[in-house]
Amino acid sequence: MHKKDMGLAVLIIVVGAIVYLRNPLFLSPINLGNTANLIGLFGLFAIGQGFVIMTGGIDLSVGSMIALLGVIFVDMVGKYGVPWPLAIAITICLGAAMGLAHGLLITRLKMQPFVVTLCGLLIYRGVARGYTGEATAGFPFGASYPELEWLTIGRSFGVPHAFWAMILVAIVAWLVLHRSVFGRHLYAVGKNEDAARYSGVKTDAVITGAYVISAVLAAVAAVYFAMFTKSVQPSSHGNFYELYAIAAAVLGGFSLRGGEGSIIGVVLGAVLLQELQNLVNLLGIPSSLNFAVMGAVILVGVLADQQFNRYRERRRAARALEGLGQEATASDTRLPVDGPRGGPDGVPRSS
Amino acid sequence: MTDTDQTSPAPLLRLENISKVYPGVVALSAVHLEIWPGEVVALIGENGAGKSTLMKILGGVIEPSSGHISIDNVAYSRLNVAQSQAAGIAFVHQELNVFDNLSVAANIFLGREIRSSLGLLDSAAMSRAAAPLLKRVGARFGPEAQVASLSLAERQLLEIAKALSIDARIVIMDEPTSSLTLSETRTLMKVIADLKAHGVSVIYISHRLGEVEECADRVVGLRDGRNAGTLGREGITHDAMIRLMIGRDLKSLYVEPAQPRGEPILALRDVRIASNPRSSVTLDICAGEIVGIAGLVGAGRTELAEAIFGIGKVIDGQVLLDGREFAVSSPRQAIAAGIYLVPEDRKQAGLLLESAISDNIALPDLGAVMHLGMVSDRAIDQRAEDQRLKLGIKTDSVRRNAAELSGGNQQKVVLGKWLSMQPRLIIFDEPTRGIDVGAKSEIYALMRALADSGVGVAMISSDMEEVIGVSDRIVVLREGRVAGMLPRSDFSEHNVLRLAVGAK
Repeated sequence: MHKKDMGLAVLIIVVGAIVYLRNPLFLSPINLGNTANLIGLFGLFAIGQGFVIMTGGIDLSVGSMIALLGVIFVDMVGKYGVPWPLAIAITICLGAAMGLAHGLLITRLKMQPFVVTLCGLLIYRGVARGYTGEATAGFPFGASYPELEWLTIGRSFGVPHAFWAMILVAIVAWLVLHRSVFGRHLYAVGKNEDAARYSGVKTDAVITGAYVISAVLAAVAAVYFAMFTKSVQPSSHGNFYELYAIAAAVLGGFSLRGGEGSIIGVVLGAVLLQELQNLVNLLGIPSSLNFAVMGAVILVGVLADQQFNRYRERRRAARALEGLGQEATASDTRLPVDGPRGGPDGVPRSS
Repeated sequence: MTDTDQTSPAPLLRLENISKVYPGVVALSAVHLEIWPGEVVALIGENGAGKSTLMKILGGVIEPSSGHISIDNVAYSRLNVAQSQAAGIAFVHQELNVFDNLSVAANIFLGREIRSSLGLLDSAAMSRAAAPLLKRVGARFGPEAQVASLSLAERQLLEIAKALSIDARIVIMDEPTSSLTLSETRTLMKVIADLKAHGVSVIYISHRLGEVEECADRVVGLRDGRNAGTLGREGITHDAMIRLMIGRDLKSLYVEPAQPRGEPILALRDVRIASNPRSSVTLDICAGEIVGIAGLVGAGRTELAEAIFGIGKVIDGQVLLDGREFAVSSPRQAIAAGIYLVPEDRKQAGLLLESAISDNIALPDLGAVMHLGMVSDRAIDQRAEDQRLKLGIKTDSVRRNAAELSGGNQQKVVLGKWLSMQPRLIIFDEPTRGIDVGAKSEIYALMRALADSGVGVAMISSDMEEVIGVSDRIVVLREGRVAGMLPRSDFSEHNVLRLAVGAK
């Protein structure tokens, strides 16, 4: 666990303790269960967002995708009687196709991730609304799918399955991001795409892979959300969810410039976001202030983290300078090279 | 703070004891420099000697760690950009700071636009004001020309005209001729003489000693961030300048190969590349030799190297690896075949600066550091530790970020990446740019050791001493094609340049 993750965990505990002291209901099994369920739902696609942000990209289409795929899933199962395992498989394949399209547009046609996924956000939402004619998609009255319901909204050991699913996904994602070649390549691409390519990393494939992962996890989340809400209102379902995911990643230590972040971080970020939501409810703060509280906490958290880093940098630089005082006469005195394109004398790329 | 002496004439500009210390490096150490009105001072020194840092301090872009700057006898401990400009210091940059999408006149008056009585841009007035300036610098384009249509040399003239328009008293030219043709260089020399005649001082930074000999009144040498000495007008000779820059005789660099060169590893047959489709290259690189690849900026050397490495595209001709056709379309393929590139732009293409040394070294070959199907940080560190010992990378831990290393040690990390695999052919692109003398000779020794172990080594370099001192033979490129090949017995700066510029 990184220091950053540790700090976040401490923050979660401190906030939790404060909320508990003000309102002991916080630790009641019902509240904990509900919060865990929400953490699971939001955590699922926040992890996917983390992969995209790792590349220095962004996926704004997640919320709309959850709406569109949710509508499609509910219709397949409720209206057309498609067996639910097949319906889940189709939903995930559709998600993967969307992610692949995003990735190819970004890497092959060199479009900006923001633009591509912003268009995704608009298109998928529009298609969802157009397809349903603005009507809410729901299951037929009295229909019941016991296995599907057990899988999505059931509980084991008192913990909702959405949460278990998120934990499972997080473990796999952790292995992929931190312990696989693909994951290391993701970090490399995020830190410096050029250098990664010069080291033999298939940068386009890696970036595309990240968008596919994000979209697939959004598809999984779409199924869980659809089962949780039991019906999908196409114009509001999943609204702003992409921003939750981005917020969770940023809180969890991801840099929007890419190359930084961890799975534990983004999961903790998702936990903190839901805890704040919960805080607003339990402390009797008007729920209209929900977003304001969340925004303020993210702002303060990121700011504090940055200031702390700057402080550490300064200390490190000061130490280096001290050490240098003694060996300033040594022969190994060299210019730092400034600017990405030139040598120390600003020599441009030649020949 | 001031020690004004009104009676004796004072230099326009005086830098005293200027030092600049960065974490981990001393860029400048107690440097002195004086500039008198109407004087052309050439500032020479190897890459990384501190010339650019010094000029950036003059421009107010970076702050000196200690020392004084006096302009017209007013002392400053640092300059900011506005003060520098107010003092009449103007830059003609190597990377030109002109705006493609504007006209020549608009560029000259950028930020100081002439307005009509309505407060709108008065293009006509600006064009009228720009015309005499352009004439003075010998420009053959008019004030209304779009900058996008100008050649590199013309843009440079534009920058000089801009400097004149702000009544510059000191014009700093940083490698102004690096991309100019010979006749364009002649024009520039005339412009410099004209500036001088008008009492404008010029600080001329160049590696082209011939030009320095021609235009400079005084030569100031920098070496490793210190003053290395000054040459007066009569003392300016090639040899004296080289001694100033290097401080030792570099001719002793060459080390004989341990064995005669072997079979060609890589053979290019009429290879045309996408970035230079009109010319083709035929070239062998053999086992056990160091081939120097020389040429002017723009000769297509880097592009050729990148095409071999799979970054650029080979559009025609044959690339043979060990005599067999080798179609390369990605660096991954090249790397799998043992063809490695040490890129020119170390910070952008060579390294992940914000990653650990060990992660950099393992990146191309992560498959080799797996344990139980997972990437093992311990194996990564072990691999880096091996290279640290082998290459003498100066760091207390391989988990440090590459950004914390000096240039020479960073280059060793790039090398370590490749040496921990199975190299067949390594292309070094400007391998010692911005690297200190000590680390340079270590890198030369490494190249020789690699060649002796049967690896083919190609070295692209613009540093004449290096090309001549290290290579077993030199291939000179001009405009994307091979202009000639020199065996060791024909090595001379003159011969290389003659081929590079295409002179008879």
